[in-house]
Amino acid sequence: MTVTVRLFASYRELLGEDELELVFDEGATVGDALDLLKQTYPVLAQQGYSPLTACNLTHVSKRHVLQEGDELAIFPPVSGG
Amino acid sequence: MSSQGGGEDIARVTDEPLDPAALAAAVRTDASGAIASFVGVVRNQHEGRPVHHLVYEAYPPMAERELARIVLEIRERWEVTRVAMVHRTGRLEIGEASVVILVSAPHRRQALEACAFGIERIKQSVPIWKKEYGDETGEWVIGDPSRR
Repeated sequence: MTVTVRLFASYRELLGEDELELVFDEGATVGDALDLLKQTYPVLAQQGYSPLTACNLTHVSKRHVLQEGDELAIFPPVSGG
Repeated sequence: MSSQGGGEDIARVTDEPLDPAALAAAVRTDASGAIASFVGVVRNQHEGRPVHHLVYEAYPPMAERELARIVLEIRERWEVTRVAMVHRTGRLEIGEASVVILVSAPHRRQALEACAFGIERIKQSVPIWKKEYGDETGEWVIGDPSRR
């Protein structure tokens, strides 16, 4: 299955991408997606904070199971206001 | 138009300058006895470092969904007539408003409490990030994940 990954703020700049397409086996989780990205982009794991994740515009945990066509967003802790 | 509120709440992200007075007028209904406001503005320093300007980045469709969810949370907890929550994105200079929350209610206590709740929740869950520019290089402000 194919998942669209959206990157924001510091992660967008660190990876030099704002959008990626990743292919996973059925049953892959958000945590699996983060592990794959950290292998490809080691800089992702070298920050002093952990990414937050959202699937289809809703906050999700690392255990969330991905589905074909999902939009997975990866971003740093929010700092609006 | 109904003055009962609910259908005319505002939850929005915009790159246009914010107009707190216009939003205050938008949330007023004939049943409103109080309008509470919170306006976040860009200041000239952060933790001792000078700030020249800020850039806010958002994930707009999710940010607007989260803002709308916070409005629903407010409606579950307080009897309010109308709520507006608007966050600005893009480059902001010192003194410009980054976020405006307006809450109208029959009485002051609901309006004040709901307004304070609204800004705290924005800082916890709405996907918006701030980059501070002191001189030429900017630095992302990382939120406190324990607040989620």
